[in-house]
Amino acid sequence: MPKLVELTLSQIIAGLQKGDFSSSELTQAFLARIDRLESQLHAYITLTPDLALAQAEHADQQFAAWRVDSNVPLPPLSGVPIAVKDVLCVAGVRCTCGSKILEDFVPPYNATSVERLLESGMVILGKTNTDEFAMGSSTENSAFGTTHNPWDIRRVPGGSSGGSAAAVAACLAPVALGTDTGGSVRQPASFCGVTGIKPTYGRVSRYGLIAFGSSLDVVGVLGHDVVDAAYIYKLIAGHDQLDSTSADRPIPDFELLDSSRGSLSGFRIGVPDEYFIPGMQPEVETAVREALREFENLGAEVMPVSLSHTEHALPVYYLIAPAEASANLARYDGIRYGPRVQSDRMWDIYSRTRGDKFGSEVKRRIMLGTYALSTGYYDAYYGQAQKVRTLIKNDFDQAFENVDLIAAPVTPTTAFFIGEHLDDPLAMYLEDALTIPASLAGVPAISFPVGFDKQGLPIGMQLMGPQFGEEILFQTTHTFQLATNWHLSKPKL
Amino acid sequence: MTKTIKSKNSSVSEFEAVIGLEVHAELETKSKMFCACPVVDHNLVEPNTAVCPVCSGMPGVLPVVNQRAVEYALRVALALECEIAPVSIFARKNYFYPDLPKGYQISQYEQPLAVNGRLTILTSQGERHIPVRRVHLEEDTGKLTHVEGDEERYSLIDLNRAGIPLLEIVSEPELHSAEEVRAFAVALRSLLLYLGVNTGDMQKGVLRIEPNVSVRPAGSSEFGTRTEIKNLNSFRALEKSVGYEIQRQIKLNRQGKQVVQETMGWDEAVEETIPQRSKEEAHDYRYFPEPDLPPLVIEKGWIERVQSSLPELPLVKLRRFQEQYGLSAGDAGMLTANPAVADYFEGTANAATGLTAKSAANWITVEIFAFMNQAGVGIEDIEVEPQQLAALIKMVNNGEINQNTAKTVLVEMLQTGETAESIVEKRSLRQISDSGYIAELVKRVLEENPEQVATYLKGKQGLSGWFFGQVMRAAKGKADPQIVKQELERQLGEMDQ
Ligand SMILES: [Zn+2]
Repeated sequence: MPKLVELTLSQIIAGLQKGDFSSSELTQAFLARIDRLESQLHAYITLTPDLALAQAEHADQQFAAWRVDSNVPLPPLSGVPIAVKDVLCVAGVRCTCGSKILEDFVPPYNATSVERLLESGMVILGKTNTDEFAMGSSTENSAFGTTHNPWDIRRVPGGSSGGSAAAVAACLAPVALGTDTGGSVRQPASFCGVTGIKPTYGRVSRYGLIAFGSSLDVVGVLGHDVVDAAYIYKLIAGHDQLDSTSADRPIPDFELLDSSRGSLSGFRIGVPDEYFIPGMQPEVETAVREALREFENLGAEVMPVSLSHTEHALPVYYLIAPAEASANLARYDGIRYGPRVQSDRMWDIYSRTRGDKFGSEVKRRIMLGTYALSTGYYDAYYGQAQKVRTLIKNDFDQAFENVDLIAAPVTPTTAFFIGEHLDDPLAMYLEDALTIPASLAGVPAISFPVGFDKQGLPIGMQLMGPQFGEEILFQTTHTFQLATNWHLSKPKL
Repeated sequence: MTKTIKSKNSSVSEFEAVIGLEVHAELETKSKMFCACPVVDHNLVEPNTAVCPVCSGMPGVLPVVNQRAVEYALRVALALECEIAPVSIFARKNYFYPDLPKGYQISQYEQPLAVNGRLTILTSQGERHIPVRRVHLEEDTGKLTHVEGDEERYSLIDLNRAGIPLLEIVSEPELHSAEEVRAFAVALRSLLLYLGVNTGDMQKGVLRIEPNVSVRPAGSSEFGTRTEIKNLNSFRALEKSVGYEIQRQIKLNRQGKQVVQETMGWDEAVEETIPQRSKEEAHDYRYFPEPDLPPLVIEKGWIERVQSSLPELPLVKLRRFQEQYGLSAGDAGMLTANPAVADYFEGTANAATGLTAKSAANWITVEIFAFMNQAGVGIEDIEVEPQQLAALIKMVNNGEINQNTAKTVLVEMLQTGETAESIVEKRSLRQISDSGYIAELVKRVLEENPEQVATYLKGKQGLSGWFFGQVMRAAKGKADPQIVKQELERQLGEMDQ
């Protein structure tokens, strides 16, 4: 029997139901481990032990009643702990977005995704660290300190959902919610050796997700393996009346736990040459090619596919996302909530509050976005970017006429050192070069470990699927994980 | 005197005014444009009580389109004979101001809900169709109150108004006089009232009309530099300010001076437009499509349903009133400006047979309107039902009471809600039509005033009115004036022979 904190979701659910341990014991085990390791890792911005223990106790009471009378309703994930990225609102718990400008902001409402976790009986351990407003690839842009990679604490965990990835990798939570705008679930999942799903845009409600790039933001899940990630995905996915962009279409009923199909015969996996970019760490390419051979061994057909507009994805993303962000972040003005830098003159309140409380990366992107939308520049920048975005979408549509999935590396390198890219925003932006296309196309993508480099750092691979094709991603990844052990490795802490 | 008229005439022929209107009308839906908050009268309700995370711009919340607001907008757009866009796009209009919680207003920009409509106006020159460029949906902002004390200055924000559905209606710049501007405003307000989407109250700011004014040499097709006039809270202010602004710009042109493109206010006291200190530098609103809302799709069937549910519109009703009831254009116009008044008129005119529509129109436009103005109430607030007014008019027509008595009775009806019948009964006001009794009264008056009779007989016919008054006084005002007149004529005629 592994330690409580190392259990997968299905093991936890089974253990709780059998009464091997209580939710309170489990929650306390996580809180104790957090207590021991947080000073090294700093995965969380805000811990909610009181809330967690109260929820756990409530779950234990439900289990007790259920054991007496099995007709007592038991929510599906009663008593199972989870961590939530600090850009998703949990009513009554401060939500900082990693920013000083929301340092004391306590939302009076739950994000719909969080609401669904709570309805399912889950226990919230805390709010995980993030780059400020999810803008970054390392969590170094958090106003509350950097998260450290559990595999090497001198290195970054990736970002912006770096806190969630590190928490799962270090067993500070069995599973976590993240968000992905240009790779913010997949890249940290890759750096931390966990499995992360970025669903189709619109599959999970964005209500209560504090917006960065509204046409790109997606709520995702990070877990020890694909089964865990899929479990939570199924819980949070689905239409929400509070989000007009959420898709009103049913979620296919799939059950991964029993579907240990050993073969992928008939599956066609496309591999785009465009994703093996110059400067890529050779071990990353090697590990991904190895994994592709494993997929072939499992019966899949691996074939080249072309996504010819891939190289334009990065500049397109850095016009669209900042443009949307420049409007989304306009509300942080010190007028209605959040800190205010006082002044006699109204415009000074605006400029001083925003000047003081936003970090430099956020300001850089607000300026980029403001510029891209300005009269005289709109057509050349934002307008043009939208057109190229359509071409990138078309690339995927065409590719999925011939293949079921597209496989590629997640990042050009494994986790880099803290501070390594801090003075070079362009190098940092390149981190997202391989994750951004799926974001722009709005298609689902999953990142999972496929090896380690010489430093012992995890290497990730991503599978991208057609719109609303999450199920295929899960099935394929599950088959791979049944045949391999990469996802079972844990950092020594 | 002659000189001023001449110069005024020459100014009219030398220059042409070009005026376009931008109208903002709040839609009186139950809930706000993008959230479930109730639409309240922000002049009456405690500040910040109709507010939620969405309309106060909290982080992470999202807008959801109020379908009823879209329906209201469709009503207006269809009544303005617009083309409805099958797909229109919401856009973010970005600017910072404390009354704008999100830092952007959700509006429509490149693909508005409706375009290419028209509104028919009636002026002393006749009828004109004024093209309407576009109609689009957006949300209202909050309301700022600036407090200036001895010690401190600060501003208070009320977000009750923030997020109320707002319809923007933009005319083409094809109005050419203050009279036409007023006529457009009157016709539009009337339309909004008929469609039940807006109370038309300019004072409260639920209907805001902003003219942009320029002048150019007559016959020119180029536009002059325009000014915008804001914060006009009555038709009167609208008409006066436009008239003033036209003259001001003509004067500048004559003096060879430039008109400065700026926003003007209207000083009610001195009746002059004055440049407003602009809130901030020139705006670049950086419009872009609102990513939180999918395109607004209007199905054909929806348009058809709304079209077929439109009520009879003001101009159609006006024409019908002229034809069906034989009313003058003036009376028909007054009665149809407000649908409640029109209904009241029709209720009265059709309540009883033998009642002339003309008399109903007169009673309403003179007596009832006077009472409404004085009491500051709408026709829906008055105590007298159309049937009761009809009963009163019928009593006059039947000769049961005379016109003057009826006016007094109506005032009492309006004040107490009692019926004409019961007031007449209670005060014994019923008219005396007994010709024998009236002949007695006339005889007595003539006997008591021999001097006046003598003067009359010498040819001063004007005294007949004085005799009439004396007889009516003797009858305590209740005598049938027709019979009194006849009897006076008869008896005086006999004396003359
Ligand atoms: Zn609201």
